[in-house]
Amino acid sequence: MSGSLLRRVRVAEVEQVAARIKRFRFVDIDNAPLSEFSGGSHISVVMHSGDRMMRNPYSLMGSPTDTSSYQISVLHCGKDSRGGSQFMHENVAVGTELEISEPLNLFPPAKLAKKHVLLAGGIGITPFMSMMNDLDSLRSDFELHYGVRSLEEGAYCKYLQSRYGSRVNIYRQDQGQMIPLQTILGEQRLGSHMYVCGPKPMIDWALQTAELLGWPDENVHYEQFSAPPSGTPFIVKLAKTGREIMVKGHQSILEALEENGVDAPFLCRGGACGQCETGVIACDGYIEHNDHFLSEAERVSGKKIMICMSRIQTGSITLDL
Amino acid sequence: MTPITIKSRPVYPGLSPDLNARINLIVCDKGGAAAVSELFARAEPPFAKRSTVFVADTLSTSEMETLKKELAPAACEFLPTLSSGIGRLREVLNDAPMGLRLYAAGTEPLIGSVVQAAADYGIDHLSIRTEHRGSLMRRVQCVHCKGFIENVTTNPVTCTHCGLTLFVRDHYSRRLAAFQGVCIDAEIPGDVPPTEAIYQ
Ligand code: FES
Repeated sequence: MSGSLLRRVRVAEVEQVAARIKRFRFVDIDNAPLSEFSGGSHISVVMHSGDRMMRNPYSLMGSPTDTSSYQISVLHCGKDSRGGSQFMHENVAVGTELEISEPLNLFPPAKLAKKHVLLAGGIGITPFMSMMNDLDSLRSDFELHYGVRSLEEGAYCKYLQSRYGSRVNIYRQDQGQMIPLQTILGEQRLGSHMYVCGPKPMIDWALQTAELLGWPDENVHYEQFSAPPSGTPFIVKLAKTGREIMVKGHQSILEALEENGVDAPFLCRGGACGQCETGVIACDGYIEHNDHFLSEAERVSGKKIMICMSRIQTGSITLDL
Repeated sequence: MTPITIKSRPVYPGLSPDLNARINLIVCDKGGAAAVSELFARAEPPFAKRSTVFVADTLSTSEMETLKKELAPAACEFLPTLSSGIGRLREVLNDAPMGLRLYAAGTEPLIGSVVQAAADYGIDHLSIRTEHRGSLMRRVQCVHCKGFIENVTTNPVTCTHCGLTLFVRDHYSRRLAAFQGVCIDAEIPGDVPPTEAIYQ
């Protein structure tokens, strides 16, 4: 699959839903219906900021059957981010036109699960918004455990509690409340599935706790949207066409290729799915592997790179593309 | 050995211990019990202590005594048939918590029946640790009359329900826990290759 299928949308609504989180609603530029999606899906949004093009994935939050508009939530990550969220917060307003990809679901609820245990940290609540919508209409058994810094910083707390009642549990860091993960995962019935989305330490904590409590890997799911880390610019050489493309400091290799009209495969854009794995033919710099897909041995071999997340420190890299 | 020929043909990688599981539930037959005692020998004794073994097979009293000793300190339960073993498995799975790890060792009909029953309790087949031991006999479903033929050791095989001569394919259904049997002489009735005892 590649990302050449893009759709133009217009921003119909922007709402500040928490201290650093804005909700955006998109409609098709010609008001045509959008594609239906399933709970847990995301889209990627193309952003042209200054002289560079970026694409960030965001979970769809609305009702999966509502094809009149899509909704995403964006956390303003502050100065240290590469600027995608800042661009959304500062340059996108009602009326702005953007390009988005078709929805893609890499975080679907397990069909045969007897129960779904959802764990969200901060902005990690977003994929669960549509997922709970689906689970609720299927009358599936679920519970949400949602950790927020404070009620001001946590998005949709009130909405979730009023809609799903006691199935929603909120933990406030400013009050010293922690998700009692050990107890939650220790007391689930057989056939339960766990889903976690949030900051990396939280995901690691959840995966490890589940493993130590004897949860099979098949019952544990996570999604992490990590933006590709920034670095210094470098050159990518494409072996098959001989082209040379400059990857800017705040860009991933994948984004630089797309900006230059080169179609490269991808799905998650977050270093998790493996779709963008690319062969390295030569490299005169040090590869920073930022994905969660390649094995240690593959990294050491230097023969493969996940172009959605990883880059090299300086110099140039020749890819089998 | 069960060579892989078709994608739906299940693979049985062999038993390995889940050291984090709080309960290990192991279903086996007489042949599979040997794989279980090897598993216990590989893992430390605390693993066997957290394990319960259902031996679903027809055994003599002395065989039971020997097995009991061999598999200690795991708790052993003896069920006289595969179907009573699966019935007992269902009882336990019905109120089991997460943290239970399921294992199956023995013939393919045994493993297949465990996988099939476990699916009803939301257990993914990939999370069941399996090892094939003993006979290669298969459970076959006749695709024509939908009847099941147990303990098939030959190919072709005569359907015990409708009498057709069936070619046993490697095409396997996890839901039915059976291989597919397709009429072999539909075009020229009676034109049947010699029967080979290949699933002994
Ligand atoms: S696109 Fe999924 S790992 Fe790169």
